[in-house]
Amino acid sequence: MSAFRLALVGAPNSGKSTLFNGLTGGRAKVANYAGVTVERRSGQFTTPAGRSVELIDLPGIYGLSARSLDERIAVDVISGREGIEDAPDALLVLIDAADLRTHLHLALQLKALGRPMLLVLNMIDLAERDGVVIDVAKLEQRLGVPVVTTCATRKAGRVALLARLDELVAARPMNEAANGAIADLRSVQHEARAIAREAILREPAMNKLTRAVDRVVLNPFAGPFVLAGMLFLMFQAVFTWAEVPMTLIESGFGALGAWVSAVLPDGLVKGLIVDGVIAGVGSVVVFLPQIIILFAFILALEASGYMARAAFMMDELMLRVGLNGRAFIPLLSSFACAIPGMMSARTIENENDRLTTILVAPLMTCSARIPVYTLIVAAFIPPRTVGIFNLQGLVMFGLYLAGIVSAVLVAFVLKRTLTRGRPQPLLMEMPTYKLPDPRDFLINLSMRAWAFLRRAGTYIFWVSVGLWFLASYPRSASGIRDTFAGMLGSWLEPLLRPIGFNLEIAIALVPGLAAREVAVGALGTVYALQSTDDTAGLAQALQSAWSLPTALAFLAWYVFAPQCLATLAVARREMNSWRWTAFMVGYLLTMAYVAAGATYWTARWAGL
Amino acid sequence: MKLTDLPTGRKARVSKIVLESTGLETKLREVGFSEGDEVEMLAHGPFGGRTLAVRLNRSIIALRGAEAAMIEVEEIS
Repeated sequence: MSAFRLALVGAPNSGKSTLFNGLTGGRAKVANYAGVTVERRSGQFTTPAGRSVELIDLPGIYGLSARSLDERIAVDVISGREGIEDAPDALLVLIDAADLRTHLHLALQLKALGRPMLLVLNMIDLAERDGVVIDVAKLEQRLGVPVVTTCATRKAGRVALLARLDELVAARPMNEAANGAIADLRSVQHEARAIAREAILREPAMNKLTRAVDRVVLNPFAGPFVLAGMLFLMFQAVFTWAEVPMTLIESGFGALGAWVSAVLPDGLVKGLIVDGVIAGVGSVVVFLPQIIILFAFILALEASGYMARAAFMMDELMLRVGLNGRAFIPLLSSFACAIPGMMSARTIENENDRLTTILVAPLMTCSARIPVYTLIVAAFIPPRTVGIFNLQGLVMFGLYLAGIVSAVLVAFVLKRTLTRGRPQPLLMEMPTYKLPDPRDFLINLSMRAWAFLRRAGTYIFWVSVGLWFLASYPRSASGIRDTFAGMLGSWLEPLLRPIGFNLEIAIALVPGLAAREVAVGALGTVYALQSTDDTAGLAQALQSAWSLPTALAFLAWYVFAPQCLATLAVARREMNSWRWTAFMVGYLLTMAYVAAGATYWTARWAGL
Repeated sequence: MKLTDLPTGRKARVSKIVLESTGLETKLREVGFSEGDEVEMLAHGPFGGRTLAVRLNRSIIALRGAEAAMIEVEEIS
């Protein structure tokens, strides 16, 4: 017997993915804002009665009209449209118990499809804590479908659900499908309200904590300061809290290099390990603490419910650029990585707005740029105090700002030329604030940290090894220029010389095309080969090898350059167009080249 | 009056959703606005305030003035 196919359906942020993870043991991303899940995902589990179930997690929908890409994915699966897959055997419909009244009409619309369904009032614990009382038996009787309450985050909260699910699987009661056109939304809504009036016994005003916090956070005067303060704290944390662990990791790798040097006899193996692997991989792994802190902040913001507020704050400014406030969430996620950012743009209804958001997402300073920026800033910018600020911090802030400002400008120009269109409506739910679930938080964070380390251990490892060989042979070479790597790099060099880049940078940029932080590993290997001191870090090597204008030009290049194959692949998939992808690469490379050149020559002219 | 004219901190009941474009009406209804529902103006957005934060029953919805203007409300005194 094939698995029973059960689709999770419900409004955005009603807890579908949390329930999915709870039942299947999956690790789907969960957070507290509408539109976290933007794709179909499935997993298996077995009911207490031993029935095997395929559970399909879907993006949230408010109704069946499906305007945005993520909603279309959900509605297509529910209705089994397009011949891609059959309609599911039953629907598991989730509603946030805290506001049954507002969302009940979706359950009626889904019931009219005629499939067997089980209605789940999720987050019942939070609703009850607020003082909401629901007569579940009454609701069940009036709706004519089984209703169960759950708390998807806890195992005990899912027991009743599983029991009712077995009944559903056994009986498969079909609902009466609406014949002909489904009743118009207005009358469905009125029917839902009538049922809600009977089933909701007590419904106090909204969550008190949320109201109190929003009094400050949504305040038109205080709100922007809260947002700015939050972002400032985040960057401050990334660049100051990480200092101690970073120094530890760096000296750890230095000691490891020195120890290996002392133990191994001179020769090929020693060179490969010390100058290739330890210098290359080590110079990237050093940045792990910063990556962890950044992701911790972004995950906490996402889980708390603040993300939608940030989008609300920015909506007016986004409107003036020509974008939707909703685009702010993808752009803010792009500070971690542009890939999830581009995918979450699926929640933007208007195709042109979605396209524009994807096109500018790579301008947001992603976490892979942190190693590059930190390395260069620490090596070249003196830690002087300017007013109340640290000069290094100011330069770092300037780099982030340069990315944001250019994203705004590019979006502004695009919306008036290539992706023209009327401003689109914003309709966005702002969730009740919740404390992040510690388990989810730690799982998400460790997945991010692991992904970073895995890349350092695989891709960067092999690049370091490969580059070490290319930059060490032929043995007769008197300097890096005569090695294979030097020969390859010298083809690119004439192109990069006008913007102040030297041969070593040209060599590092080639593997660095695959991912930004790889260039740091590559520079680590290239300069380790040229140095005699195995404990000196990459920063010292760069200080003696690069002029300040070159360093600044390198930073400017990294604000724009599209050096991430994974991002380009996802951009192509999400835009479903090679032409737009080529356009994106083209405009980013042009901006990178021009910005690096302008920076280099301005700095030279200023006598830096 | 229109929802846009509801002052911050005041409550009202939705009396009508104006049929100007059916697409928009569907969206407003799907997200949950319906005749008889209680709304409360929570905040106007910064930088000019065309974006509104409105409590709808026990949820909070952000929407722009153009959309809010389609919702007719009667203030609850």
